[in-house]
Amino acid sequence: MAAPLLPAAFVDLEPYAATWCLATEAERWNQRLRSSMDELQAFYQASFPRADDAIAYCDRFALKDMPDDAERLLQLVLSLILVSFAVEVWRQPEVIHRGSARIDRTQEPRP
Amino acid sequence: MTTPRDSWTQRHPELGTGPVSFEDSISPEFYRLECDAIFKRAWLNVGRVEELPKDGSYFTKEIPPAKASVIVTRGTDGRTRAFHNVCRHRGNKLVWDGTPRDEARGIARQLVCKYHGWRYGLDGGCRYVHQEDQFFDLDKTRLGLVPVHCDTWAGFVFVNLAPTPPQSLREYLGSMVGALESYPFHEMTECYAFRAENRSNWKIFMDAFQEYYHVPPLHTQQLGPGRLQNPEAEFEAAHYQTDGPHRMVTSSSPAKHEIPSKYLYPSEVLFRSGNLGPWDAPDVARDVPGVNPGRADHWAIDNFQIFPNLEILIYERGWYLAYRYWPTSHDTHVFEGYLSFVPARTARERAAREYAAVLFKEYALQDAGTLDGTQMGLEARACAEFPLSDQEILVRHFHKSVGDWVDAYRRERDTRTPDGGAL
Repeated sequence: MAAPLLPAAFVDLEPYAATWCLATEAERWNQRLRSSMDELQAFYQASFPRADDAIAYCDRFALKDMPDDAERLLQLVLSLILVSFAVEVWRQPEVIHRGSARIDRTQEPRP
Repeated sequence: MTTPRDSWTQRHPELGTGPVSFEDSISPEFYRLECDAIFKRAWLNVGRVEELPKDGSYFTKEIPPAKASVIVTRGTDGRTRAFHNVCRHRGNKLVWDGTPRDEARGIARQLVCKYHGWRYGLDGGCRYVHQEDQFFDLDKTRLGLVPVHCDTWAGFVFVNLAPTPPQSLREYLGSMVGALESYPFHEMTECYAFRAENRSNWKIFMDAFQEYYHVPPLHTQQLGPGRLQNPEAEFEAAHYQTDGPHRMVTSSSPAKHEIPSKYLYPSEVLFRSGNLGPWDAPDVARDVPGVNPGRADHWAIDNFQIFPNLEILIYERGWYLAYRYWPTSHDTHVFEGYLSFVPARTARERAAREYAAVLFKEYALQDAGTLDGTQMGLEARACAEFPLSDQEILVRHFHKSVGDWVDAYRRERDTRTPDGGAL
């Protein structure tokens, strides 16, 4: 068993951590598009009810000075945001009517 | 034949109400004229002052329609200047990272040419010529970087590639845009930046953001779950205004946090964010002059389109979006989008901003997804003209403004003798 990536209180989300604790939008986007709808649904259903607690946990620390496990927890929340569009809005991993368009995020705050 | 009641378009008789040709978006000849008439003569936004945080900071910006690269510097005297990014020795591109086509930024005391090592100060002066005694009658004082007109307004850095711009930046921006000068853009320094290479004329993408007529059919999902999700829903903007070549549209909306949650996506409610931005607005940007010039009720967004290729969207929730469109040929362009917020202090604020930034890309992909289809449809030349509704008044105004600038340029060019002098 590998060392846990998330704070102990979020052990229930540990099965998703290796896949979804990603530092950049580009990585999160690629992960969404290579996931099946079943995988996205499973992650969404596990993480959505825990997101409010996760944010509250992260907010025990200063945003720019979080312990690594809390920062990974925030990354998981940011992944949930991206996945929520696939689950709630499009009902598929891909944006409906994207055609051949591609838009890259080139700058973002960390974390 | 029906006429919309109390139409916006008919208040601008110069725009007419007839069908419009989009030949200006498919003709390579027109594109070449546009490059000279507009991109080599208009004030162009190339960045923000926050991108020059210290004395010695610099960044480069590619301006493909002018085949130009400019370097913008903040000198040791604190002044912002712009130069052509070209070494005076053999014309090599002076500053670049990765490849000469990539933009660069950093902090330096001098700018050094990679080719033969000539050096320039951030004021553009030539400081060092390698083996200077090998040259003939070389006068370094006359070999500074070639300056480009540069000025800032409300923290936006503009350049003008004309030898002598006919108007100062403030005259050029006019009273409608100029009235925004005191908006606290400088407080909104947390930036989410996006870039896309699109397969259409640059104006076709600008057109998509100048009208909301397309929103219910194309962005059906943006209307929210439940009964609001209706492609035949109607949405009309609250106010349109033009000033010279610039234009703006205001849209109104009930505040999202006042809408029953059954009409919102679950994650909008969870993260308290959505298409109008984070619900919890920072305590800045209240009652700023120039904003909501039509005094619309339930004001939500002002979208200012600053000629030729800058768009600034000011949100009631205290943040802004900026878009720039850089043509790279008659049927391709680079799009840049910047969401700018007061910096998040907490994970909760960070998540709300992330939701808005993710949402922006999701729906912008739908807009961008139509582009090559529109370009192909126009290039088929199956139709010579296209009808525009009252809600598309700004599309009409934009293409007319582009045409007016090209016509003015042609008239000036045609009144010159072949040797370049005036008749």
